[in-house]
Amino acid sequence: MTVRRSDGQTADASLFEYLLRLGDDRLVLGHRTSEWCGHGPILEEDIALANIALDLLGHATMFLRLAGQVEGEGRDEDALAYWRDERGFRNAQMLELPKGDFAFTIVRLFLYSAYSHFLLERLASSSNSELAAIAAKAAKETRYHVRHSAEWVARLGDGTEESHNRAQAALDELWPWSGELFQSDDVDREAGVDAAAIRESWDKLVREQVARATLKIPEGPMRMTGGRRGRHTEHLGHMLAEMQIVARSHPGAKW
Amino acid sequence: MVAVLPDSIAQALDSVKDPEVPVLSVVELGVVRSAEVEGDRVTVTITPTYSGCPALNVMEREIREALTGAGFGEVVVKTVYAPAWTTDWIPAPAREKLRVYGIAPPGPVGAEPLIPLGPTVRTVTCPYCGSSNTTRESEFGPTACKSLHVCHSCKQPFEHFKAF
Repeated sequence: MTVRRSDGQTADASLFEYLLRLGDDRLVLGHRTSEWCGHGPILEEDIALANIALDLLGHATMFLRLAGQVEGEGRDEDALAYWRDERGFRNAQMLELPKGDFAFTIVRLFLYSAYSHFLLERLASSSNSELAAIAAKAAKETRYHVRHSAEWVARLGDGTEESHNRAQAALDELWPWSGELFQSDDVDREAGVDAAAIRESWDKLVREQVARATLKIPEGPMRMTGGRRGRHTEHLGHMLAEMQIVARSHPGAKW
Repeated sequence: MVAVLPDSIAQALDSVKDPEVPVLSVVELGVVRSAEVEGDRVTVTITPTYSGCPALNVMEREIREALTGAGFGEVVVKTVYAPAWTTDWIPAPAREKLRVYGIAPPGPVGAEPLIPLGPTVRTVTCPYCGSSNTTRESEFGPTACKSLHVCHSCKQPFEHFKAF
């Protein structure tokens, strides 16, 4: 779908929207992951999460920069990250939930990274060469996010009674939110990948690792969705207030 | 693979080091992919190591400064993402510089399963004493590109530039 820009040229509205989805997922998860900096359960894990957060912010930067170029209204990645309100964000709702305990953070990182892995691998062969290049670059780093979080899922699930219970509680809470990741609409199909097509691969990988970790996938319905259309939980606004305050208090500031 | 650059550019960029690994130049690291000279204008194409690497901005600024210092009137720095950066591009002499500096150089990038089911940590040779009796303490070191190890022979902790 094309729209007319303010300079009279046309822009690919579906591609812009799709790039926001890719960028916002990683920006929001990256911010939530960065909240562990200085609070990790052990020093090594504190550093690991900070590094993963940095990768995610790097991926968000690449996708949002391209989004701004596609839109053609002069917004760069910073304008998109700091000057949109929650209704303008297109991330999946699961990613905006507060970081919770370490088990919650790890289980979410695992569920999302596994999804991201299969999605990026497909996008790496997109006919849009810029999107394909960013996806291939991000896919490389996402592989070790999957590995690192999967190893922790096994360690926590198959660990002590306390770590098992916390990991199971995290999975029980997060699982119903995971359905949103696979709800595709015309935007996904026109500009990227129909996420429904990667569900089987994701499901297999996740279920195998969950079983290895002696955890159980909960029964029950999926939750409400809408993040891709700008409808969010009450948590995103609070997160953005913290994430955006410095940029908004000092517009145009450089350091 | 190290980019083949015009002599004047190669010379100027040799002084631009990775701020986190100050023995490797941006050319040896593989960040600089190519350079084109047109009169007094030079266009340098770079690629990021890790997507979120905060050192990239510093490297970009220093590339500009070095080339301006070398007499170019206009320096354009372009960023590309494909092909994705890999440690396989670091040439043998640069790997030796890493070792002498105290960072165990990367081995070849191999195909590893997405979720390994057994221990897959490779043996990393101590850059100080050459012993292979070492243990990985953490996959994540002070920067994304390095892991932390300890040598049981000489009791020295050291960093390893991960194969990536």
